[in-house]
Amino acid sequence: MSKPSNPVEAYENQIDSAYDHNPNDTHHAGDHHDEGPKVTLGFWIYLMSDCILFASIFATYAVLKDNIAGGPNGRELFDLSYVAIETALLLLSSLTFGLSMISMDAGKLKAVIGWLAVTGLLGLGFMGMEIHEFMKLIHEGAGPNRSAFLSAFFTLVGTHGIHVTSGLIWMGAMFGHLIRRGLTPANRIRMMELSLFWHFLDIIWIGVFSIVYLMGAA
Amino acid sequence: MSTPHVAKPKKAKTPHTKPVDIDQSKSEVAHHEHHDDGAGHGTVKSYLIGFILSVILTGIPFALTMMHILPSSSLVPVILVLGVVQILVHLYFFLHMNASSSQVWNNAAFVFTLIIVGILIVGSIWVMFHLNHNMMPGMAPM
Repeated sequence: MSKPSNPVEAYENQIDSAYDHNPNDTHHAGDHHDEGPKVTLGFWIYLMSDCILFASIFATYAVLKDNIAGGPNGRELFDLSYVAIETALLLLSSLTFGLSMISMDAGKLKAVIGWLAVTGLLGLGFMGMEIHEFMKLIHEGAGPNRSAFLSAFFTLVGTHGIHVTSGLIWMGAMFGHLIRRGLTPANRIRMMELSLFWHFLDIIWIGVFSIVYLMGAA
Repeated sequence: MSTPHVAKPKKAKTPHTKPVDIDQSKSEVAHHEHHDDGAGHGTVKSYLIGFILSVILTGIPFALTMMHILPSSSLVPVILVLGVVQILVHLYFFLHMNASSSQVWNNAAFVFTLIIVGILIVGSIWVMFHLNHNMMPGMAPM
């Protein structure tokens, strides 16, 4: 299908293709510019609402962090070198997702999928470490039922972990989209949103390691 | 740009990848002409700068805390300030926030969110600190 010369027709085609699943669609990769900003703004507003969710959990943690009920406090529980490795994994995954987006701008599908796979592996590594940390704490008797401090800790870090897990599931679906249809306008919008989500989670983690782990050990 | 999977564009399996793979330079030009899909794009350089800054801004507070160089009264503000700076670095280099007119609604939503987050966190701490202070004189955790 060649690019329609009539602007109205072109616009209608874009609306159809923004999220379409028509395998015969062969719009040029740069044609999503009317639909993209709206979709991205909508996703951005979701991220902002997620920010407020995390703010309430951070506020809860800040209020409850000294209520240890005679149990262990952060200084005794947290292993900072372990957290540093988790942080490094997440930070590296932000870089590799950036490289995937750059490959997308250059139209290199294989590089997009390759870097996305590296990002997914780093994310899996992060989640593995976090689950291991949680199991260890629960095994030591410092589970979420031990004190208000630990309830708030598990809620905050766990909510971030659930988000990272959702991002990983989304990445899995993204592989399917990319492999089946390539860098279509709809897939470019999906990738843009997934990258916003992933970088956003890295920002939340900055708050977590600063406020929970570093200030807890300071 | 070094990528692990940069292969010569082969015969595309699906028609969608064809225009992109065959005529890369043209699609890139088209992309940079419009550059308005609601969020900016980075370059390898900008991502690397952001990454290196983040590593530094993460490394300093971790090192300071793990080596117990500073007393906690001065360490806490340092951690908080470096954390805020790192968040700004991420917003600029990774989420590509800027003052361009195409992002005006994104920025408006962001500022609104900042206000709500500020009220939530500062308000909660403020109220609960005074509650503890008033209810349990001499037993306040602070």
